[in-house]
Amino acid sequence: MSEDSGLKRTPLYDLHLAAGAKMVEFGGWEMPVQYSGIIAEHRKVREAVGIFDLSHMGRVYVSGRNALRFLQALATNDVEKLALGQVQYSLICNREGGVRDDILVYRLGDSDYLLVVNASNRLKVLGWMEEVLGGLAGAGKAELSIRDRTLETVMVGVQGPSSVSLLQPYVELPLEGLRYYHGAPSRVVGAEGYVSRTGYTGEDGFEAILPAEAGRQLWQQLAQVASTGAAALAGLGCRDTLRLEAGMPLYGHELEESINPFEAGLGRYVHPEKPELVGREALLRIRTAGPKRQLVGLEVTDRAIARQGTPVVVAGTEVGRVTSGSFSPTLDRSIAMALVAPEVAAERPPLEVAVRGAAHPAQIVGLPFYRRGRK
Amino acid sequence: MVPKDLRYSKEHEWVKVEGEDAVVGITDHAQEQLGDVVYVELPAVGQQLEQFKPFGVVESVKAASDLFAPISGEVVAVNTELAKSPEKVNEEPYSEGWMVRVRMKEPSELNNLLDAAGYEKLVAEEG
Repeated sequence: MSEDSGLKRTPLYDLHLAAGAKMVEFGGWEMPVQYSGIIAEHRKVREAVGIFDLSHMGRVYVSGRNALRFLQALATNDVEKLALGQVQYSLICNREGGVRDDILVYRLGDSDYLLVVNASNRLKVLGWMEEVLGGLAGAGKAELSIRDRTLETVMVGVQGPSSVSLLQPYVELPLEGLRYYHGAPSRVVGAEGYVSRTGYTGEDGFEAILPAEAGRQLWQQLAQVASTGAAALAGLGCRDTLRLEAGMPLYGHELEESINPFEAGLGRYVHPEKPELVGREALLRIRTAGPKRQLVGLEVTDRAIARQGTPVVVAGTEVGRVTSGSFSPTLDRSIAMALVAPEVAAERPPLEVAVRGAAHPAQIVGLPFYRRGRK
Repeated sequence: MVPKDLRYSKEHEWVKVEGEDAVVGITDHAQEQLGDVVYVELPAVGQQLEQFKPFGVVESVKAASDLFAPISGEVVAVNTELAKSPEKVNEEPYSEGWMVRVRMKEPSELNNLLDAAGYEKLVAEEG
């Protein structure tokens, strides 16, 4: 893997260049932001199917006798309720209850788990895992294995209503019957892989993890279908507009070390009753007192985009800041998410966003902006 | 390549001279670099523009970019179609994607702009 200008490249890098992708830096990786255009790719995912290179995301395998105890300490959701093949969303918090990363936890076996973590947080999380493990009284390191397999594997996302029909020819596992937030091992283009019904777009979809060389073969097969127009290669640009429409948080925007899960509306993934959970005292305090800010959805009346940091104003007073904002191709309007004072979230007064110093009227709407099946 | 009858600024705006007026927009290269345009902030009719100073903003999905006036003068018309259909900037940057019409204050300022060959060279060098 080459490291031009310090950035990492996924095993699919040259294929993106060959496909005419515009590349950008993201989380320490050189990734495709678009191939044919952000709006066109976004619409293709909503209407048919899009294909995403997700190989930059961290894939960390945790196993051993201490795996459950360790994961219960590391992340907020209850790992014990995971059945074999089940996946859960979870948060890794610091001792003040702020979010260090948002992750997916997969139960692969009795004491075998996979954590998928944000690319930008991979090294931070690996270091933090050592610290959390060190803090577990009497926990023997010999009874836990932590293995980062990010650089040797590929992860491909296939997202959209036609996901099953696009992906099934290359996957042995019957995809139709795979339940949402579940996964299973499967041969994929003949190699040993893992497929889950998960995604970050609000559409039906799958994420397939496989060894690098098989990942390239899968990508090339899918790209062939994309060249017929039945699917689209999709980059980080539309990944962001899709997840924003679906009301999903993005680390570095809705989630940060200084933002707790309750502010982000993610309290249902937090179980501070777990006795060894790192940050449990702070999380209990915040849950009891109620968060000081709340995440809301905004629709801007005109098409000005209210980006991260844009002040949110009610009757001349700043009541919060935008965390993410963009154009929503599905709603054909400017949308944003913002952290605002709880009373503003509750009362939903008319408000303004101050874009480049000018006031643009906006209103609070329920999240998500878009829900699959509701047209 | 780029239309031969236009003049170009280094900031990727084009000028079409029509008598005393200059019609202004951004080039195909510029729209391609920006990506999908979702919003264009333009001055009001009557506003005075100064050559090479910012006069508006073109917003794509990923970022907002300043527009720089390629010529000085008073804005006599604004393309209000762009409010509903900003994608015209991507689809027809030299025709339906036009942005403002300016009554030129000093036509000799056109000499500060590049011709088609000069602009093509600039783009190739940026490349």
